[in-house]
Amino acid sequence: MRQGFIRTVMDLAAEREDVYLVTADTGFTILERFRERYPDRYLNVGIAEAAMVGVAAGLALSGKRVFCYTIVPFATMRCFEQIRVDLCYQKLPVALVGVGQGLTYGTAGATHHAIEDIAVMRALPGMTVICPGDALETARAVRASLELDGPCYIRIGKSGEPPVHESEDFEFEIGKGCLLRPGRGLALIATSNMVEPALRVAEALAAAGEDPAVVSMHTVKPLDRGLLEELSRTCPLLATMEEHSLIGGLGSAVAEAVVDGNLPVKVVRFGIPDTYAPVAGSQDYLRELLGFSPAHVAARLKEELVEQ
Amino acid sequence: MAANSEMKKRAAETRRRLVRMHKTGSHFGSAMSIADILTVLYFRVLRIGSPDDPGRDRFLLSKGHAASCWYATLVARGFAPPEVLEDYLADGSSLYGHPVRNGLPGIEASTGALGHGLPIGAGMALAARNDGKGYRVFVLMGDGETQEGSVWEGAMLASRLKLDNLTAIIDANNFQGFDCVENIQPISSFRPRWEAFGWAVREVDGHDHERLEEVLASVPFETGKPSLVVARTVKGKGVGDMEGKFESHYLSVPRDKIETYCREIDRAAGEEER
Repeated sequence: MRQGFIRTVMDLAAEREDVYLVTADTGFTILERFRERYPDRYLNVGIAEAAMVGVAAGLALSGKRVFCYTIVPFATMRCFEQIRVDLCYQKLPVALVGVGQGLTYGTAGATHHAIEDIAVMRALPGMTVICPGDALETARAVRASLELDGPCYIRIGKSGEPPVHESEDFEFEIGKGCLLRPGRGLALIATSNMVEPALRVAEALAAAGEDPAVVSMHTVKPLDRGLLEELSRTCPLLATMEEHSLIGGLGSAVAEAVVDGNLPVKVVRFGIPDTYAPVAGSQDYLRELLGFSPAHVAARLKEELVEQ
Repeated sequence: MAANSEMKKRAAETRRRLVRMHKTGSHFGSAMSIADILTVLYFRVLRIGSPDDPGRDRFLLSKGHAASCWYATLVARGFAPPEVLEDYLADGSSLYGHPVRNGLPGIEASTGALGHGLPIGAGMALAARNDGKGYRVFVLMGDGETQEGSVWEGAMLASRLKLDNLTAIIDANNFQGFDCVENIQPISSFRPRWEAFGWAVREVDGHDHERLEEVLASVPFETGKPSLVVARTVKGKGVGDMEGKFESHYLSVPRDKIETYCREIDRAAGEEER
């Protein structure tokens, strides 16, 4: 995903002279090519996230399109008030790019886990929240972000994420979910790095005779409420999947849309319970431990489908 | 001498407006302490043909709680009609206690959460340099404000980037929320800290129009370094009941004192002229 990001930013910088890349000293081995090619439009502010966002705001006020890049907790929470006042209150089109969705930095510990970022970014008026499901969606999101006239947060992974789209030929629009697999009875609504596991869950359920739909809900805000309404006509069960706290993320957003739209569906939410990871572990280990691995999800949904 | 007399009249006019605006709300003292700095900046230093001229100098009021003085100065400069000041803090108005971008023509950025202005100013100064534009950026901070860590993140970055088109001004009125700045954090010598961070520093009496103009007109103090002006000021300057008083951070102007205070301001401006 980082490669999808940097390749696209390189393309954009070649196309437009107003594109800047600002980092708070992360992105080693990823950002160098931008620094070499566009030294005047690359800025490493040092380990100083408040300055990263403030400088980005100053550049945006001067007509620049800035991508700010660092690891999720530092990109979103260390400098939260700068994001709130400098970017959101002023409606400035700066893209915050957070690396390491969910438990990507599993063994690094909870300091580096991203489990509250969607919730806090979603609460900000005017903030668009995009959580691409793979490198292809990342590239499309980064390009599309330049069409926005306000701030956005793009939550990406590190590297090696399996693709969720079969080819580059797919419709991508900020605010519109991608239907990856049509189905009936059950729709899996997933975001970020849980889209690929959702496809695996769907396969397991299909093998058991079910016909689940799968959506990559890459934009968590604004949420594609139209798509949810459409799905609710054929799928009485919606399951959300996210590598994020169950408080305030995709599942919360879907539940809000279901209540507000009075949709005739049951919602089952899968994500991280209200806790920091209690032990070190790989991403797969922690998903298993915290109860939202594909096997957990498939088993629980089989029970739900029997009840329906 | 004529120029100096004009500054006195302008500053007195702004102070009279502040007295009338501050019938409610707080931060009267914080606004009065910067009236001379803003007057000299807007009438003698900043090159602003019009607030939407792309080549204009930029000014940011990082101590956003003194917004009323910015509004009154923009009115004095002719960027908005005087009637707008009647909307200060009024229901439905865009003249909040802390400024919002474009709330009036010339409000360059929304501020009020302390410690935000310097990094934003650094970004603007960087853009100006990269674009080969000659405009300059001025950021006015409070002295207590410089306790915010983000000020120092911005200070480090501006000197590393050698942004000599960036000038920070500290309104050193020596008061903050609970006490004298020096009693909360002993930082108010300023010079050694900022010099250690790579800035060129000058100190000035923040109510002396001639000296303010002389210092602010001579930036950058050193090529390749951002400039810091430490302006020593008196909180509540211009109204004896409020001058140098910590409480003026919170008090509004009693309605029955408005005319008295305005006369006091006029008298001081007149006397100094003679």
